[in-house]
Amino acid sequence: MKPIPPDSVGLVTPARLRFAKPLALASGGALADYEIVYETYGTLNAEASNAVLVCHALSGSHHVAGYHSADDKRPGWWEHHVGPGKSLDTRKFFVVACNNLGSCFGSTGPASINPATGRAYGPEFPMVTVGDWVASQARLADRLGIRKWAAVVGGSLGGMQALQWAIDYPDRVAHTVIIAAAPKLTAQNIAFNEVARQAILTDPDFHEGRFYDHATEPRRGLRIARMLGHITYLSDDIMREKFGRGLRGGKLNFDYQVAFEVESYLRHQADSFVGHFDANTYLLMTKALDYFDPAGAADGNLAAVLAPVKADTLVIAFTSDWRFAPARSREIVKALHDNDLNVSYAEITASHGHDAFLMRIPRYVDIFTAYMDRVYAGLTS
Amino acid sequence: MIPARVDFRIIGDWIRPGSRVLDLGCGDGSLLAYLAESKGASGYGLEIDDAHVEECVRRGVNVIQTDLDAGLSEFDERSFDYVVLSLTLQAVRYPDRLLREMLRVGTEGIVTFPNFGHWRTRWQLGVLGRMPVSAALPHEWYNTPNIHLCTLLDFARLCEREQIEVLESQVVDHAHRPRLALRLLPNLLGEIALYRFRRARLP
Repeated sequence: MKPIPPDSVGLVTPARLRFAKPLALASGGALADYEIVYETYGTLNAEASNAVLVCHALSGSHHVAGYHSADDKRPGWWEHHVGPGKSLDTRKFFVVACNNLGSCFGSTGPASINPATGRAYGPEFPMVTVGDWVASQARLADRLGIRKWAAVVGGSLGGMQALQWAIDYPDRVAHTVIIAAAPKLTAQNIAFNEVARQAILTDPDFHEGRFYDHATEPRRGLRIARMLGHITYLSDDIMREKFGRGLRGGKLNFDYQVAFEVESYLRHQADSFVGHFDANTYLLMTKALDYFDPAGAADGNLAAVLAPVKADTLVIAFTSDWRFAPARSREIVKALHDNDLNVSYAEITASHGHDAFLMRIPRYVDIFTAYMDRVYAGLTS
Repeated sequence: MIPARVDFRIIGDWIRPGSRVLDLGCGDGSLLAYLAESKGASGYGLEIDDAHVEECVRRGVNVIQTDLDAGLSEFDERSFDYVVLSLTLQAVRYPDRLLREMLRVGTEGIVTFPNFGHWRTRWQLGVLGRMPVSAALPHEWYNTPNIHLCTLLDFARLCEREQIEVLESQVVDHAHRPRLALRLLPNLLGEIALYRFRRARLP
């Protein structure tokens, strides 16, 4: 393999903690006993004041930066932003990234063994919400000796967790960075998720969520769900730029094999998704997205719900993101300034669509870094 | 602290301590930073330029990246003590609408703009027959962002028409120095005009 770049956190090993105290969930259920897998980068200072929590999005994990082995082909999903000298500078901050409950990357989820039955949870795994995740992350913070985060940051569904943190634990968050997020999903957004879920739920290999028992998985459904998702994460412009109407074999074949480059791309994305992502997790994550609506409890008045917030906030949106459009980020900004809270908002010109939050875009890097430098200056002053 | 620009000092003298300020076209955030430090003011800057937004974030000034021509609809009525528009009025698409918006969102407005009635401007246009270029108006006609230039008299007339009551005004030269002569012939000698105003109370 190539040598690990010097601005990477390098080789990292995930850690695991067990929580034997039941976690009450928004659904009314509870998880009696669960495990959280997480990674940390950098060093927690003596005052435990330099900790930053990174929250992951729908298909993300605790593996935010660095490499798991010398043979790893790819680093963590936010390598562009986490490491020595990067936006989340691991020489300054102690970065914590945890895998959310319900995931398929190590924390307790539908594929884990339910101690009550001795077999995989499958459909018995309770639905989890953004609020439930934040509560579980707060417990992780307790165990790590972190009373207050210097910042909670995240993109997309991760940004929603950052916002929820500021609402639920106002005294435990100094700053939030909310990237490519929204205060709730639109009907159109929920509709996309529903089509994705239907693809999985109607796959004959789904077996009511018990596909583990049948040594199979709903590959077709999961593939279609991922393809649909991918279309919505990109913009019309970037698809035109990347694929146009380019033909894979240079000519039309008059059959249903791959003709256009974009078809090849989608099939490749789908293929690399199945086999490493769990269909039940996909269902759970999309539901957590759909249900997220902190203002719902106050008749849609987000400003009222944000009244307890104390954190300073940076909100970032991307011009071509139509899944979580800049206007949706502005709703968060408005609700924060309606409460006279410190908030800044940057709208990054980018053609990558929603996926821009994962990219290394110079202006995005600069503004994120500028903000985190302020966060750090606040710790040391 | 760097000695403040004179126009900043004038604005600083005009506002009450602890005020809530919205700065339209806040640039690198230096005015808001100055008002925060000297007057304990707080608030937000609106700015469209990427580099300026980053500078604001770097200096810890709240900035919202937006286009002023899109209006101030996300701000509620009377949510600020002052809404400031510094050297930007001449570059917006609808200065009259923006003034109305300023006085919807804020109790008082503060505007500064380059005075097109300055003698040098008049000389260049009236005698030389060329579009004026000066320290206060450094652009050529073909690349200027300034699309709505006005004189002190023009601004006063707009205020009258919009039922805006001018509370204070001052002119300075391009180095933002107030000079005695400027007070005598402001529309001829003032290069930059500063106004503080509010919605006129109807009799």
